[in-house]
Amino acid sequence: MSLVNLHQVHKYYGDHHVLKGIDLDIKAGEVVSIIGKSGSGKSTLLRCINGLEQYQEGGITVDGKEVTTEDIQVRRLALSVGMIFQNFNLFPHMTVGENVMLAPTIVLKKSKAEAEATARAMLEKVGLAEKFDSFPEKLSGGQQQRVAIARALAMSPKVLLCDEITSALDPELVGEVLKVLEQLAKEGITLVLVTHEMNFARDVGSRVVFMHQGKVWEQGDPKTILSNPQTDELKQFMGAVL
Amino acid sequence: MLYFSDLLQYSDVFFSGLKTTVELTVLTTILGVALGTVCATVRQYGNRAGQSVVSVYVELIRNTPFIVQLFFIFFGLPALGMMLSPWQASMIALTINLGAYSTEIIRAGLASISKGQVEAAKVLGLNFRQTLTRVIFIPAFEKIYPALTSQCIIVMLGSAVISQISVQDLTYAANLVQSRNFRAFESYLVTALLYLGLSILLRFAFNALGKRLFAYRTSN
Repeated sequence: MSLVNLHQVHKYYGDHHVLKGIDLDIKAGEVVSIIGKSGSGKSTLLRCINGLEQYQEGGITVDGKEVTTEDIQVRRLALSVGMIFQNFNLFPHMTVGENVMLAPTIVLKKSKAEAEATARAMLEKVGLAEKFDSFPEKLSGGQQQRVAIARALAMSPKVLLCDEITSALDPELVGEVLKVLEQLAKEGITLVLVTHEMNFARDVGSRVVFMHQGKVWEQGDPKTILSNPQTDELKQFMGAVL
Repeated sequence: MLYFSDLLQYSDVFFSGLKTTVELTVLTTILGVALGTVCATVRQYGNRAGQSVVSVYVELIRNTPFIVQLFFIFFGLPALGMMLSPWQASMIALTINLGAYSTEIIRAGLASISKGQVEAAKVLGLNFRQTLTRVIFIPAFEKIYPALTSQCIIVMLGSAVISQISVQDLTYAANLVQSRNFRAFESYLVTALLYLGLSILLRFAFNALGKRLFAYRTSN
């Protein structure tokens, strides 16, 4: 059964036609890597899936429920869609633990003890249990991003969207974040990532979606599509990133 | 020769004036900042109508003299049937004045919060009110805290003007004493020092509050 479904999605910024009829079907447990040049609409696509951006035509459903930018919808959506950003966006005035506990306490109305137990478990999962009482600014970029992952996981999302989550990191910190993602993939969580990490897409991903000029240009099994691209555009893109 | 001892018999006059000034300062600081917070939020996130109302209010207050605002409220409003005691009129005028200036200051703080913070809150499922109170306000206030502190002190010092409508504040006490004993130099010097002390105290209180609110900056 499809978890995320996009049907003929069109998105405009004024006159600028960003998404030109996207059809995409993502099943539970898939790890989908969206690749493409900057400006191809990858991030916009991701942001439409969780209601941060409005789309003008077509339809998107997550877990059978339609996605709109209506406030309430976004909030209901938050329960099944987690998102991690390029710039982490941790709340600077809260400790790591408070960051992770915030939404479970005030959105899911969990008790403090319960939220804390969840938070500790999630931080354990990303290897940062000992940072529970630290403030984000004391952490490295890689650590901050892992906290952001723990924060998203604490809401037990059905699908996790990752928007270039390693792009703002120093090269030596990328590995620790990808390792966490790989572990999540093994546990069967559904991941949709906009990424430039081709090795990750090939080794961990179950599908690669290549976007070009606002369209899904080519998609398929990572190993096949990345070693044997069918379209000139993907060949060119592969040439540029490798 | 200077005769500071001539002031001693009037110490209760100074003390009661000081008390009035402190009371009004504490009250109007709290109410004014609260008003400024609400108006800044409307101006930054509200609908167009709300933004216009706030803009008119802010510009009206920031571009007219405080003493005229005070006189209008105390002497003018009775024409509309609103009779206010000098103390009430002063309280309202000071609150409205601080409200307008702090609106602009606090709005700058709100504007400094990145869109990413708001989006992070949104995708976690927080509603707008929760996002404001849990995510936006503390970092926003931290950025503008020194400016806000200064503005509150400016308003406290500006409150000297309310002696003009016979509120028995610290300046009223100084006027009264020097008109009785003609020790103008001593009277106003002591009063100036009392205001200076109040300013330092107010700054001290703000700093202490700031240390609590923004503890995350200094912790490990």
